[in-house]
Amino acid sequence: MAKRHLLSTADLTVDDANLILDTAQELASVAGRAIKKLPTLRGRTVVNLFFEDSTRTRISFETAAKRLSADVINFSAKGSSVSKGESLKDTALTLEAMGADAVVVRHWASGGAHRLANAGWIRSSVVNAGDGTHEHPTQALLDAFTLRQRLGSVAGRHVAIVGDVLHSRVARSNVHLLATLGAEVTLVAPPTLLPLGVEHWPCASSYELDPILPKCDAVMMLRVQRERMNQAFFPTEREYSRRYGLQAARMALLPQHAVVMHPGPMNRGLEISAEVADSVRSTVTEQVANGVSVRMAVLYLLLGGAESAIGNDEEGSAR
Amino acid sequence: MSGTSYVIKGARVLGEESRDLYVSDGAFAEAAPRGAKVIDADGCIALPGLVDLHTHLREPGREDAETVLTGTRAAAAGGFTAVHAMANTDPVADTAGVVEQVWRLGREAGYCDVRPVGAVTAGLKGERLAELGAMADSAARVRVFSDDGHCVSDAALMRRALEYVKAFGGVVAQHAQEPRLTEGAQMNEGELSGVLGLQGWPAVAEEAIIARDVLLAAHTGSKLHVCHLSTAGSVEIVRWAKSRGYPVTAEVTPHHLLLTEDLIRGYDPVYKVNPPLRSAADVEAVRAGLADGTIDAVATDHAPHPVEAKDCEWAVAAMGMVGLETALSVVQRTMVETGLLDWAGVADRMSARPARIGSVTGQGRSVATGEPANLVLIDPAAARVIEPGALYSLSHNTPYAGMKLPGAVVVTLLHGSATVLDGRVVER
Ligand SMILES: [Zn+2]
Repeated sequence: MAKRHLLSTADLTVDDANLILDTAQELASVAGRAIKKLPTLRGRTVVNLFFEDSTRTRISFETAAKRLSADVINFSAKGSSVSKGESLKDTALTLEAMGADAVVVRHWASGGAHRLANAGWIRSSVVNAGDGTHEHPTQALLDAFTLRQRLGSVAGRHVAIVGDVLHSRVARSNVHLLATLGAEVTLVAPPTLLPLGVEHWPCASSYELDPILPKCDAVMMLRVQRERMNQAFFPTEREYSRRYGLQAARMALLPQHAVVMHPGPMNRGLEISAEVADSVRSTVTEQVANGVSVRMAVLYLLLGGAESAIGNDEEGSAR
Repeated sequence: MSGTSYVIKGARVLGEESRDLYVSDGAFAEAAPRGAKVIDADGCIALPGLVDLHTHLREPGREDAETVLTGTRAAAAGGFTAVHAMANTDPVADTAGVVEQVWRLGREAGYCDVRPVGAVTAGLKGERLAELGAMADSAARVRVFSDDGHCVSDAALMRRALEYVKAFGGVVAQHAQEPRLTEGAQMNEGELSGVLGLQGWPAVAEEAIIARDVLLAAHTGSKLHVCHLSTAGSVEIVRWAKSRGYPVTAEVTPHHLLLTEDLIRGYDPVYKVNPPLRSAADVEAVRAGLADGTIDAVATDHAPHPVEAKDCEWAVAAMGMVGLETALSVVQRTMVETGLLDWAGVADRMSARPARIGSVTGQGRSVATGEPANLVLIDPAAARVIEPGALYSLSHNTPYAGMKLPGAVVVTLLHGSATVLDGRVVER
């Protein structure tokens, strides 16, 4: 892959995306071994730079980097100099001085990763681990990986993305990537939670969930923040849940083979019922496991991996 | 101020046939004064000195971004002879003391007539009127009042402000932004804001306030001026209000005449401004509005910010762009080269009408014998690549960095004295 950064799934060609997914597939086999480590990124430094709390995402990237034998530095904006007013720029200059090869950045501001990659402050690769309400590309990649695993393919499949699309970086990254991979996407949300101009996105949209479900191969439920209700995006949690939540009765409208996805963390009882979350259709725990493989693939490919990811290394020779 | 006399050879006044101009004792004269310096203006356009209705000079309070001295030097370099200094300083220009301080600093600097704008409400808080009369009666003789940066969103307060300033022939300049519709807003609301995940600043938030205010202006019979109008809908509303004879005027910024929201794709905060850059259709509409006179004036909204205020994430960056030194070039590019305005039209929108709106005596007059010698000479055939570091402004947050723009200011005269000669600001 010729790219230096992963900022948006909109930047990925179908070949890029498939290369990442194929590499992740290869790397996934490592997870099943007694020794889960590859020497691939030995001597390289990966910094997890988090301006917003997300233990799940940080641990996933940290595990991925460590399985590739990279040195990992966790740099949290909370409780560090950043919260005392050190700027993104000064943080970037520090990381540059430390010789970071890749910076995995989670930022509360849309465009945070773009700024870090393009402002001329650092030379390292930048991986967007979620920027504001913009994108979360590795989440979309792990979702596509999960779809491939469960359904055999992504092309031609119909995926509904349900909930707070307006504020969802997961939805944006998924729309771009799924369209690139040839899936058919329908966004389902109340009109207040669909962005203006969504009719120009490479997907369909609907205000109603029930008519969409029978033709879905997968339903992706988005997390809904309870505070949205105070900003008049919807009247009450109960009404939201009734109209857009996925409960057992509604799940029965899905075809037999269809799966239910959620990027986590879930609001059980709001956008998804416990029964659905724990059902055999749910891919929630697989998504977590696949997240590590996909992030290994991304780090490996961005940091210059040209050959097969586990082809000719010591630990891999037992294969 | 009027020591030197000049003979300006071969200037094309308002773009007409070239002729010689004579300046002595601060005014245009009939004949060549004895011992006059000769300025070769061959090929140059002569316009009355430009008048900016909307300049943030930042002093007092943010002298790290701009001062009255540095800001008026930048203004002179851009061909301006008068600027209106916005009230959102620290302390706010809401008392006679502060406006007199700014006015005096302008006189001491000597690069422009500085006309302080008074705040409409105390502390720009939108709660109660500032002492508008005291500012009007002060040495600064304030006539334009604005809470710019904030909208006077309370309809009752806006109504009273409009009524009250009638007593001294004032005008209320409104920053039209419905606050509830723009909480947390980061860029124009449209397809792109949805894609970029940046909270939208919808056109309706500007248009709703303008619609309300033109009706209030009609109801009270008082003068309303609309600051930095930016949408096609706003142009329509002002056009309608003027067709009914309402006492309404409006301005547009150079950046809204040239730039569109597409520049925001890379999240570079140099393009973050309030009101935000809009769509190509809006740009076309504001150009048409300026051409047909619906929009009265080009006003820079020159908003200097220190480096760190822009060298950061989009969401935390300050809003605003410097514009004094590029305004005329942008107008040449967007209005003259497109055939929408001739040079007489440029003089009308950048000098005569803004001077009238701001009640600025001695500015915005014609280039004629006996009139004050406020003049700018432009070489329209020049082209320059904008270098932020070469700007006279203390701040370098220009959205035109690296862009090639037409025209260059060669000479600026303020009351007969040169503030710019050979394209360089005159040291004093
Ligand atoms: Zn303003």
